Amino acid sequence: MNWIDEGIFLNARNYGESASFVTILTRAHGRHAGLVRGGSSRRLRPILQTGNFVQCAWRGRLEENLGTFTIELSHAIAAALLDNPVALAGLSSACGLVSVLLPEREAHSTVFHSLRKLLDTIKRDNNWFTEYVRWETNLLRELGFGLALDSCAATGQTDNLTWVSPKTGRAVSADAGAPYADHLLPLPKFLIIQNSASTGEIRDGLKLTGHFLGRAAESGGCALPPARNRLLDSFSRTPTTSCDNNVL
Amino acid sequence: MTGSEIERLVQMLARLPGLGPRSGRRAALALLEKRETLLKPLIAVLENVESAVIACGRCGNLDATDPCALCVNTKRDGSKLCVVENIASLWALEGAGVFSGRYHVLGGVLSPLDGVAPDDLSISSLVSRAAESDVREVILALSATVEGQTTAHYLVDRLASSDVVITKLAHGVPIGGELDYLDDGTLGAALQARRPA
Repeated sequence: MNWIDEGIFLNARNYGESASFVTILTRAHGRHAGLVRGGSSRRLRPILQTGNFVQCAWRGRLEENLGTFTIELSHAIAAALLDNPVALAGLSSACGLVSVLLPEREAHSTVFHSLRKLLDTIKRDNNWFTEYVRWETNLLRELGFGLALDSCAATGQTDNLTWVSPKTGRAVSADAGAPYADHLLPLPKFLIIQNSASTGEIRDGLKLTGHFLGRAAESGGCALPPARNRLLDSFSRTPTTSCDNNVL
Repeated sequence: MTGSEIERLVQMLARLPGLGPRSGRRAALALLEKRETLLKPLIAVLENVESAVIACGRCGNLDATDPCALCVNTKRDGSKLCVVENIASLWALEGAGVFSGRYHVLGGVLSPLDGVAPDDLSISSLVSRAAESDVREVILALSATVEGQTTAHYLVDRLASSDVVITKLAHGVPIGGELDYLDDGTLGAALQARRPA
């Protein structure tokens, strides 16, 4: 049994002296684990870095076996971000979320393509924050925790939406939500209309998606990856300014 | 091969890094054939190491004294503090003879997969040492991996209130490295970190 696929490298752990136990998000085979012989070698270690785009060949005697991977680098992402703390936190957070939340060996090509696009944006563009939050909303949808942000849950109106119910994930208008403002999550405008956002709005967006990602993780009996919290922390320490340019 | 004692010796030797069952057997045979010149001196050395070697309470290095010889050596530059991931990294730097300052062994890097959180590393003692009056520079000599550099960024945040210069190792082309054999990431990092010739 063997197959060849493209993938995004998620994580590696040393196994024995020279092998690595790795997890890769593949396009057609989902999040897939396997053994890489010689994974701790000087040649392979730069390739086995979180976020790198790889070509992988999996081989196992039976489909349910752990199997072994042969991996080649398609496009290096991690190395370009090592010196940028916020970008590195974004990469670690996105890959960590996929590692924790996506079921194993279940194809999620939408997540694969959107993660590849996101990582490419983080590498090339300083203004990746809004795309990151949108990516998390798409991940929530893929996990069955999708947010309904098109109309107010209470009145049905489609304008002046400023809150999200933490219970249902549905938008609430400013008027309808005013009495319950303390219990609702702020809805940043950039999630409704395509525009730029301030650092404060990005922070609100991360808190919003973080709430529902936490619920998704809880339902799977796990916790959000620490990198996700570090990403939010890095925004929490930043004063509220426009994110049109590289403000962080 | 007979005897549970020999089997046990082979099993223990095979657990050492770089050795497997076959090399464990070879090592066991060599020890048994050279009892006087190899086995007994080795036993004596192992017993001595077991009882004498301790972790330095200041830097985390292994030595027979606490503080270790590196910490008490007055010829070393106390204004430079080099943060390394583990003792193997310390030995590598010390073996290269390129650094004459003091060290701080972190005890690992942040790794959610391995369950290593900030509290599991010796970060509080690093912050305390960085606040000492004679320390002027903290050098973060951590791995050029996502985990290593995430740890480095975390340490930069934690050391922000200390009045020290924080530097880290460069990434790029290794000595003797040919460009066509380097991976894309290393080449990109080397190009980014180019300097005037």
